[in-house]
Amino acid sequence: MTVTASASEARPPVQRWLAIWALALAAVLVVFLLEDKVPWAVNYPADAVIPVADWIGGLMKWIKTNFSWLTRSITAVLGVPLDFALDLLAKNFKVGHGADAFTLPRLSWLGVCVAAFLAGRAAGGWKLGVLVGGCFAYVALFGQWTSAMLTLALISIAVPFCIVTGLFVGIWGWRKPWAERLIVSPALDLMQTIPTFAYLIPMLLLFGNSPVSAMIATAIFATPPMVRATMLGLQRVPSEIDEFSEMAGCTARQKLWRVLLPSARPTLMVGVNQVIMLALNMVIIASMIGAGGLGYDVLLALRALKVGEAMEAGLAIVALAIALDRLSQAIAHNHAMGQTHRAAGLHFWRRYPNLTLAVAVLVVTTLLSLFVPGFAAVPKAMTLTTAPLWKAAVNWVTINFFDIIEAFRVALILNVLNPVRAFCEGFPWLGAVFLLGLAGYQLGGARLAALVAALTAFCAVTGLWEKTMATVYLCGISAFISCLIGIPIGFAASRSDRFEKIVTPIIDTLQVLPSFCFIIPVVMLFRVGDVTAMIATIAFAVVPAIRYTNHGIRQVPPALIEAAKVSGCTPRQTFFRVQLPLALPEIMLGVNQTILMALAMIIICAMVGTRDLGQEVFIALSKADSGRGIVAGLAIAFIGIVADRLFNAWTAKARARLG
Amino acid sequence: MSDATEPQAAGAPRDARPIKLACRNVWKLFGANAASFIRERAGKASPADIAAAGLVGAVRAVDLEIRQGEIFIIMGLSGSGKSTLVRCMSRLVEPSHGKVEFEGKDLLKISDAALIELRRHRMGMVFQNFALLPHLNVLDNIAFPLSIQGQDRATREARAREVIDLVGLRGREHFYPRELSGGQQQRVGIARSLATKPEIWFLDEPFSALDPLIRREMQDELMRLQTMLHKTIVFITHDFDEAIRLADRIAIMKDGEVIQTGTPEELVVNPATDYVAEFTRDVDRAKVISARSLMRACGGAEHGGTVSPEAKIASFSAGIVAAGKPFAVVNGSGKPIGEVTPQAVIDLLAGIERSGAGA
Repeated sequence: MTVTASASEARPPVQRWLAIWALALAAVLVVFLLEDKVPWAVNYPADAVIPVADWIGGLMKWIKTNFSWLTRSITAVLGVPLDFALDLLAKNFKVGHGADAFTLPRLSWLGVCVAAFLAGRAAGGWKLGVLVGGCFAYVALFGQWTSAMLTLALISIAVPFCIVTGLFVGIWGWRKPWAERLIVSPALDLMQTIPTFAYLIPMLLLFGNSPVSAMIATAIFATPPMVRATMLGLQRVPSEIDEFSEMAGCTARQKLWRVLLPSARPTLMVGVNQVIMLALNMVIIASMIGAGGLGYDVLLALRALKVGEAMEAGLAIVALAIALDRLSQAIAHNHAMGQTHRAAGLHFWRRYPNLTLAVAVLVVTTLLSLFVPGFAAVPKAMTLTTAPLWKAAVNWVTINFFDIIEAFRVALILNVLNPVRAFCEGFPWLGAVFLLGLAGYQLGGARLAALVAALTAFCAVTGLWEKTMATVYLCGISAFISCLIGIPIGFAASRSDRFEKIVTPIIDTLQVLPSFCFIIPVVMLFRVGDVTAMIATIAFAVVPAIRYTNHGIRQVPPALIEAAKVSGCTPRQTFFRVQLPLALPEIMLGVNQTILMALAMIIICAMVGTRDLGQEVFIALSKADSGRGIVAGLAIAFIGIVADRLFNAWTAKARARLG
Repeated sequence: MSDATEPQAAGAPRDARPIKLACRNVWKLFGANAASFIRERAGKASPADIAAAGLVGAVRAVDLEIRQGEIFIIMGLSGSGKSTLVRCMSRLVEPSHGKVEFEGKDLLKISDAALIELRRHRMGMVFQNFALLPHLNVLDNIAFPLSIQGQDRATREARAREVIDLVGLRGREHFYPRELSGGQQQRVGIARSLATKPEIWFLDEPFSALDPLIRREMQDELMRLQTMLHKTIVFITHDFDEAIRLADRIAIMKDGEVIQTGTPEELVVNPATDYVAEFTRDVDRAKVISARSLMRACGGAEHGGTVSPEAKIASFSAGIVAAGKPFAVVNGSGKPIGEVTPQAVIDLLAGIERSGAGA
């Protein structure tokens, strides 16, 4: 009785939504078919385009002319530490002018390698020492030393800046909940969905083509995780520690700086690790606005289609990324474990033997490099180059497999990419606004619907509809294929510990690699074009699909699985009836992440000749047209926000249903 | 054995000690507009009123007086409001209504600066999960409260070493918290709270996170420290046995209210409600009940020995049963004021309750 009553109550809404969706789709289809009658609903009329780009361009120009004193002084101030770091690590110090000029050497490469080894050993034992030292030695021996040190110098100045800024913003957000809700969180969301490229344009405009503007772009891009880590870490300090500080009679300032922040150190260190990795990623991309370093080498080589050189510089980036990631992770891990005591009352050098030794080695080798050239720069005789090898390998593959690869490429373009592209680009903008708004309404109510519809409409009214849909198409296909590959791998990993052990280090490594690196090997095989962009994006975006699926299945409580087994489920039934439904929200989060990462990557793929919003940004960058670039960047961010909000609302609903 | 601890617990001199800390109709309600709710009702509200207003009554109408130098235990199960009450006493939680008087002065009215001063020099607190700072070693943890007062390194470390010796942690000065066992960590917590020589000492379930054997050891340690230091102690626990072992007086809390306050013996002999009786049921009565509670008027029989009125039954039960004769209960001047019969002791030990005790 009650069962039937509740069932009949529950059914109408579902049926109603089905009917609504059928009607909505039919309406959009009608618009699609009547394209000739209502062209304004399909393609946004050109004369109605709102010139947001011009407005922003004008605003930026105004800022530039009226605040050049400010930007110049910022450049000058930031230039001092940056030049010092660049000279110290890469360029040598030049003292004096003209005939009296003499050069103080940079840190010796040998010393830096040994110091890296010692840092690794101190943080994580011999194995980590060898790994970190080895990565640096690899960079040196493969002739990438100077570029790598340029990159490292930029990071070493940008990262402390990010940490301090992030710390203060995080403290502010933690102290003032209204600031967190109204300012900090929305800003962080936006900062992390705006594509990396879009940061470059205003920086280029305001600070010129220089390492300083690259550093500022890097600092802005890499700060959000520190802000989040600070807020999270402060919230997570046990309430008893907070109460202790009150009872000890701490003032507000003593409490924050001497009790809460030190207690939050493990979480803060996780934030530092993320800051370092994001900074590396961004410094590579910022090579386009004068950062120089490894990213610039890759860029030059890619432009000249020198595949071997690009690959070498790319691998140096990989080595640097792995070294920095593992080192900072080990340090974060040590902090999480807590400290152990040392014998008391020793000399500084006995309390910090590794630090003392590292400094000593650096000083000695650098002094030696004044006299022995082999210490100053890696001797030519010692360097290896694999460029010819890569070139030969590519040549061999192209010669022997050209037909197969070409056939694959053409088939992909003709049968998959082009039809989807045609469909997307022809999709009526009004229909998209309407359907997405409807989805927003079903999942999250009127506010979400309004947000989603407004953001979608922005892309159309700024005249970027076609390019937006080109982005959506490529991003959608890539994300779809990423999920198609990643989710089954995640399932497999969740069902076999051995397979998980193989997969985990691979996806860990994939995750730390700067997005740039994914393009290089694919370009070697598929040349420039949409196929390359798609494959590189899949490789980049597959990680969260694997990780979240694996984690989602594994976090299903064992008691539920035992309950399923006891009630006689076959393994298959257990999987489909228990594990999969419970893991679904987590898997959807993974899909969401995959889409966002695919979006970020697609934009970077503008360098290999896609024709979408990324290219729009890219062109704006080369023309220093800030209005155009920022609007395109916002359009990209809005695609990400629309996808993110819809998926999050859906996941929240599914979670609520599961309880 | 009994003589060593008895003088302090003796009825008359205890009442003469000044009141150190008092709660006067203290309320803590959680929810919107809690303070105005209770103020409008002039500090009176029934549980039904509170529920109807959508509030949660964590502490309700608590009146307590804690005297200088006593161990005052607040006992209650989880959710009874005992932790909130002790936080109201130290103003870690701002009470919704009422007065908290520290030496007669209302704590809720003093300025923030005065509160910081008070906490720095006159209050100490020990926490259930130790609340040690993970980034400081034992010495620095203990010296921390002194350091934030601005004491120089030599002075504060000298004082820290004193309390390290006091709690028996010498040789561990440079260990970090995670290198210590739970019992050792709580010794650090105790030492840290004593470093500032506080007058009133709050202990919030200090031994609840420890294993039973260590807990017992730490209770003995606390008693040892108290015989040396004579602090005013407010001790929170959910363990009635622990309360009985340590307390001069116990306040039992339920649903935010104090339902009975008294010495362990008073609670055992005269439980105010069935709830209190339920707690006291499994208590080893011989260790709680004194000769005074069990004595009756002298019946003219020959006495096998004498005991003081405060002597616990357990301290002479073996003797009286072996003697087979009543013992005279004598006051300080040696004058008999009554007698305890072997039968009454046997009844008590056998758990035949109401017939003998309190008769």
